[in-house]
Amino acid sequence: MDESLAKKLRILADAAKYDASCSSSGAPKRKAGAGELGSTTGVGICHAYTPDGRCISLLKILLTNYCLFDCAYCINRRSSNVRRAKFSVDEVVTLTVEFYKRNYIEGLFLSSGIIKSPDHTMELLTRVAKDLRRKHGFRGYIHLKSIPEASPWLIEEAGLYADRLSINLELPTEASLERLAPEKDGAAIQGAMAQIGERIHEAKAERRRFSPAGQSTQVIVGADATTDEALIRKSAHLYGSYNLKRVYYSAFSPIPEGSTILPLKSPPLQREHRLYQGDWLIRYYEFSADDVADATDGGMFALDIDPKLAWALKNRDRFPVDVNRAEREALLRVPGLGARAVDKIVKARRHTRLRLDDVARLTSGLKRARPFLIAEDYRPTGLTDCLDLRSRLAEPAQQMSLF
Amino acid sequence: MGRAARSNPPPADGGGLLRAISLRPGADLDGFRAAARRLVAAGIPPERVTWQEDGATDLFGVDVGGEAPPLSLPPGVGDLVRMVVPHRDPERYALLYALIWRVLHGERRLLEVGSDPLVHRLERMRKAIARDLHKMHAFLRFRRAEGELERFVAWFEPDHYILEAAAPFFVDRFRALHWSILTPEGSAHWDGSGLTYGPPGRREDAPASDGFEAGWRDYYESTFNPARTNLRAMRSEMPKKYWRNLPETAAIPDLVRSAASRTEAMIEREPQMPVKRNPARAVAAMADDAPGSLEELNAVIRRSEPLVPGATQAVLGEGPVGATIAFVGEQPGDQEDRQGRPFVGPAGQLLMRAMGEAGLMRPEVYLTNAVKHFKFEERGKRRIHQKPTAGEVSHYRWWLDRELDFVAPRLVVALGATAVLALTGKAIPITRARGPAGFEKPYRGFITVHPSYLLRLPDEAKDDAYGAFVEDLRRVKALAEELAG
Repeated sequence: MDESLAKKLRILADAAKYDASCSSSGAPKRKAGAGELGSTTGVGICHAYTPDGRCISLLKILLTNYCLFDCAYCINRRSSNVRRAKFSVDEVVTLTVEFYKRNYIEGLFLSSGIIKSPDHTMELLTRVAKDLRRKHGFRGYIHLKSIPEASPWLIEEAGLYADRLSINLELPTEASLERLAPEKDGAAIQGAMAQIGERIHEAKAERRRFSPAGQSTQVIVGADATTDEALIRKSAHLYGSYNLKRVYYSAFSPIPEGSTILPLKSPPLQREHRLYQGDWLIRYYEFSADDVADATDGGMFALDIDPKLAWALKNRDRFPVDVNRAEREALLRVPGLGARAVDKIVKARRHTRLRLDDVARLTSGLKRARPFLIAEDYRPTGLTDCLDLRSRLAEPAQQMSLF
Repeated sequence: MGRAARSNPPPADGGGLLRAISLRPGADLDGFRAAARRLVAAGIPPERVTWQEDGATDLFGVDVGGEAPPLSLPPGVGDLVRMVVPHRDPERYALLYALIWRVLHGERRLLEVGSDPLVHRLERMRKAIARDLHKMHAFLRFRRAEGELERFVAWFEPDHYILEAAAPFFVDRFRALHWSILTPEGSAHWDGSGLTYGPPGRREDAPASDGFEAGWRDYYESTFNPARTNLRAMRSEMPKKYWRNLPETAAIPDLVRSAASRTEAMIEREPQMPVKRNPARAVAAMADDAPGSLEELNAVIRRSEPLVPGATQAVLGEGPVGATIAFVGEQPGDQEDRQGRPFVGPAGQLLMRAMGEAGLMRPEVYLTNAVKHFKFEERGKRRIHQKPTAGEVSHYRWWLDRELDFVAPRLVVALGATAVLALTGKAIPITRARGPAGFEKPYRGFITVHPSYLLRLPDEAKDDAYGAFVEDLRRVKALAEELAG
């Protein structure tokens, strides 16, 4: 690989890393046909992990980090002094194909600063995807970051080649958007999300291909004063109204060339973690946004206990729950029991009466679950109502540190 | 079902001796299957069987040799056997045979009891194999071999005997390439058409480097965010035992060492004055980006490909910008697709005739379609028109909206249901909505049938329907004069 391409890669991978999403999941299973390259497995594969614990699944790069916008939280805003670079369409295609052949990646996640115009930029992004599919028979995963300001027909075209389209909300409220990202238009963002959502839905019904792995978005946590509760309510709205596959929460992290209007300290990574847990309660545990709000204290999740435990501690009258009799919904509310463990419990108890040892074999979270459940040979006498239950179950007071 | 059901007396076997089963080293699925069949047929319970992996001749004995009938196992058990056999644990065959025995002796749905110690242990073994497979698919790295032909070779050390289970993934993914995977237990080779297995390989048999590895390492380093260092998370997903075969992990010590100072430097660095000039003009120019005229829009449409492949060309709207009346049809037909002009086929000719009778002239009105490309099914030499789906209509709707913005007619005539859908976003039956309509747009609307509908009617109904259509067009003309007046 020649040095000028390597240099661009270093700049444009660095510029893209603040996007949390790297997922290659959700695409329909595909295999390479004769002369084709690539497959998708449905769940996606992480090919490597960096020392920040994050997975590398896709080649996540920007087409360019030149940008006309001036969003305060973004390292690539036009007023930042970072080094700039721009890939050609062919260069991105070559990197993707060659990395893919060596089994480094599942595919490409391409985003871009806005150069010349939103339409021009969106056309370039789409051309990369189209060339990969058409010229190289590429069947791997392609995630394109759509540009909400681009003309709607360009998003229509992008959906024909991409597995996933996403548009980053970045800031959850209009006021923050206005203050930190003056050129962005909240209405345009939601409009484009609605367009993508509608089109995905239609294409599924008509068995056509349009962004088959759905759409996702990202919000930045901690760059403004939005509470956890407000973030979760926003996500619940996005899942409900636009049928989003994922909302990514990205703890605002210090960037080189930071702007003066940003907070000096980043929020603890634990906050981001708690938000994901709250998000899961909505997507997989049949919690409503109100239930999740109930798990917060003044709108914020506790850092030392997870939201499900927080909810259970506030709703002790709903416990203990009998693993041999309770409905699935009630079991899903037990701290420490994951959705899979609940399914296994429901299956196993058809054949046998579950004792505490049995439950221990079905979940790895028994320590947290114990005070909240009843088994054939076990009752949590008084434990459920015990006043110091919270401190007994809290994680040791260590905040995931930055350093 | 329960523990009591297990007391069914096992069939009598030919004595109380221990049976020693000898299997091929590695994952001997066929050997295990054959042995299990014969043992079950002979009624030999698990506690009287020992399993060895020495590849020696079968010591099973003379009394129950030969083929035995296949076992009738519930779904799931066969899959579990297939998954667990590659496990390195020497007890795996004994555990699997114990499972099979219990399933066949009163506990048919045993696998559903995840809390049973045997099921639990086998499930953990299954998970270990699944993880090993997943990590092999993830962490194997190909290097390009020297030579003209593009050929790739990888060296990998899995925990279990999974080479054969892992190989199909690489075939599905790298079908067009030639590749070899070498492991200490065996090797797999794909030549673009067939998969073969061979003897164990050695690390030295794989190329020592690859031209893209430095670039990959650059990527790995650049995508790391030093402000989020979390080594525990990295190690739990990418345990150290894999590192020696992953080229990118050479970068880890330096990344970790410098992470804290890099982050501190970022925080301590004063926000700097931007050096770039104020790009106000460039930002303003962005607003002009969308097509500024009908010609520019048409250029975009002409460049684009049909949503459903097949059409020769995009058929653009035709007529004067500023026309009082615009007609919107469904999509171009066979003739329109060949000539590149709207309403020139049989339906178009009928429309022209009716317009003439109503006193409207083609050059005075704007004519276009909801969908810009011909969609058809080939039957012999004929191209049979196919109705666009709702999704296709939505796909093209943006262009129609923008097009009508530029033409700015006072009255838009929707010809048929597809045009109505494109203009209103709703499916409305023509028979009920026929006549003047509000489209919630800057122009007035009028709904009537598509002329092709008239062509499809039986002869006896044609005259009346045609008369009604001409009458609609007369009302269109009158309405347009009123609006223009």
